[in-house]
Amino acid sequence: MNEFQRRALKNRVIVVILVVLLCVYLFPLYWMFSTATKSKVDAFSLPPKWVWRPQGDNFRGIFYVGAGGALGTVRGIELKLKPSAFLRQLGNSIVVSFVSTLLATFLGALSGYVFSRMRVRGKDDLLFVILSSRMLPPVVIAIPLVMMYRSLGLFDTRFGLIIMYTVFNLAFAVWMMRSFVDDIPREYEEAALVDGYSRFQAFFKFVFPEMRVGMVATAIFSLIMTWNEFTFSLLLTGERARTAVPSIAHSLGTAGVNWGHIAAGSFLMVLPVVVFTFLLGGNLIRGFTFGAIKE
Amino acid sequence: MARLVIENLTKRFGRVVAVSGLSLEAQSGTITVLLGPTGAGKTTTLRCVAGLEHPDSGTIRIGERVVNDLPPKDRDVAFVFQNFSLYPRYTVFENIASPLRIRNISRDEIERRVREVAHFLHIDHLLERRPIHISGGEMQRVAIARALVRNPQLFLLDEPLTNLDAKIREEMRTELKRLQGETGATFLYATPDQAEALSMGDRIVVIRQGHVVQVGTPHEIYHYPRNVFVADFVGSPGMNFVPALFEGEGKLNVGPGYFTFELPEEAASVCRRTLKRPEVLFGIRPEDILLSIQGGEGWYPAQVDVIEPLGVIQIVRLRLNGHVLRVRGEEGASFEAGERVFFRFKKEKVRIFDRLTEERIF
Repeated sequence: MNEFQRRALKNRVIVVILVVLLCVYLFPLYWMFSTATKSKVDAFSLPPKWVWRPQGDNFRGIFYVGAGGALGTVRGIELKLKPSAFLRQLGNSIVVSFVSTLLATFLGALSGYVFSRMRVRGKDDLLFVILSSRMLPPVVIAIPLVMMYRSLGLFDTRFGLIIMYTVFNLAFAVWMMRSFVDDIPREYEEAALVDGYSRFQAFFKFVFPEMRVGMVATAIFSLIMTWNEFTFSLLLTGERARTAVPSIAHSLGTAGVNWGHIAAGSFLMVLPVVVFTFLLGGNLIRGFTFGAIKE
Repeated sequence: MARLVIENLTKRFGRVVAVSGLSLEAQSGTITVLLGPTGAGKTTTLRCVAGLEHPDSGTIRIGERVVNDLPPKDRDVAFVFQNFSLYPRYTVFENIASPLRIRNISRDEIERRVREVAHFLHIDHLLERRPIHISGGEMQRVAIARALVRNPQLFLLDEPLTNLDAKIREEMRTELKRLQGETGATFLYATPDQAEALSMGDRIVVIRQGHVVQVGTPHEIYHYPRNVFVADFVGSPGMNFVPALFEGEGKLNVGPGYFTFELPEEAASVCRRTLKRPEVLFGIRPEDILLSIQGGEGWYPAQVDVIEPLGVIQIVRLRLNGHVLRVRGEEGASFEAGERVFFRFKKEKVRIFDRLTEERIF
């Protein structure tokens, strides 16, 4: 076997390993999708059914109360479909995560720039304080937070959750954006300053576009984190502002475990993040390797 | 075009003093070169002039204006960076146009001026490209075009040729000199390269550790260096130094004990008048030494250590007991390492330095 054949073989082995790993990673997604589209009987059949007739009862079931998968009349009573809370909760999730992600990313970008470029008194201490907001497990501050939120009237409001998540993501966004800005040569804006631009003009015209990659990466991380967030949403909301994640978990307890509904809900939860990440994925990967390559 | 005057400029970064009490003057319409090794404070000085750093003390005057507290955009200077610093997202055209875009100049006028300056710098064909698709030499031309396009009062060039290949560097040297001559611009030009300084500068300001060491024309700097540092830093290779003793009258004992020779009367009288101690350094430029296989009257023996061929010329390192003499000569005369040779030097080119203060005496 010569060098080329050896290398080809090595590549093939690597591909096989990657495929196996990919299957392992994708299997839960597959399981979730299949459970969501199977009938109750199919979902529980052993051995698992690899071929089944997809049906939408589970999806209907999570959006409407009383659907239960079947429609029609039972003992002369027409089963009426009432919209469930899930749609609203999904809406809450979308509004809360996108708004807080936008806020955190934008504020993070601005402060990241300042921390990277300007002389700030006590810069290192400030950065540490910002980071320290992420050092406590959320439960530790849960009780005081709930009390504060109640007395401020923020309890069970989207606005309250947005504030919470913005703050929560800001620490991460500031640190991440600072290191991105560190990697953008200062000379771009300095050239602009000398050429006649003010600091603001130079920032928006020449630095901000360079920060885009970093902002997208930061936004994706923030969005995933917010979208999946469980604890605060559970603790700080009641009926109105609750996001989808804790409510899916909520359906565990009530009337037995409806795995079909959970799978359908989870599937809908995963979808936006997957789409978002795919759309911006190129940036994300560039974001990961940013700074790894020096000119 | 304007004159630049810097008085007593000091700039610290934390505990590091980058520039300390530096004063200099760049005459209108000339090239003033700031020459010094890395970390001497060249860049900091330029940045203070541009307004990218705020000086701790001192005044900077461009024309008749004190600009200390003006933001960079109001100083009307142009800065050419060592790494070119073109905006990666914009085309060459937009890069050159950017200083005009912010100044309320009509589109047609911008178009006209960019094309004119691009033509002047032979980069017309690059206007639609992006900076990553052009070579280093072209990038620097674009950067210079961006500086040139708005006719600033003063050009600050921070090692503009350092990041270029040797060949392009030499072309650009001539080019920059031509450009400055034709536009009559005022240049403050920082470089660590003594050859660049000698070939481009109308005046050279040698700086070291944030202080001005010597100011002069290239000729003065080269032939009458103020001290050992300048003599060694300027020239390729720098001046040779051998400890020596001034033995009254006009005799210089080099080595000491290696050879003794009679100084020219002019040098001898300066030494008699100013020397407080007899310990001096004998200095001679590598090109002022002649080599020969045969000895004779006025030739001194030495051993060849290493030969460094450099094309038309060669550098021969001679060993003199513990000291080394570098000799720069035409290639052709061939010597071999280890060979015993004889040398003589041009007595009128001998420079004498105080061994303690390292200042030049003659």
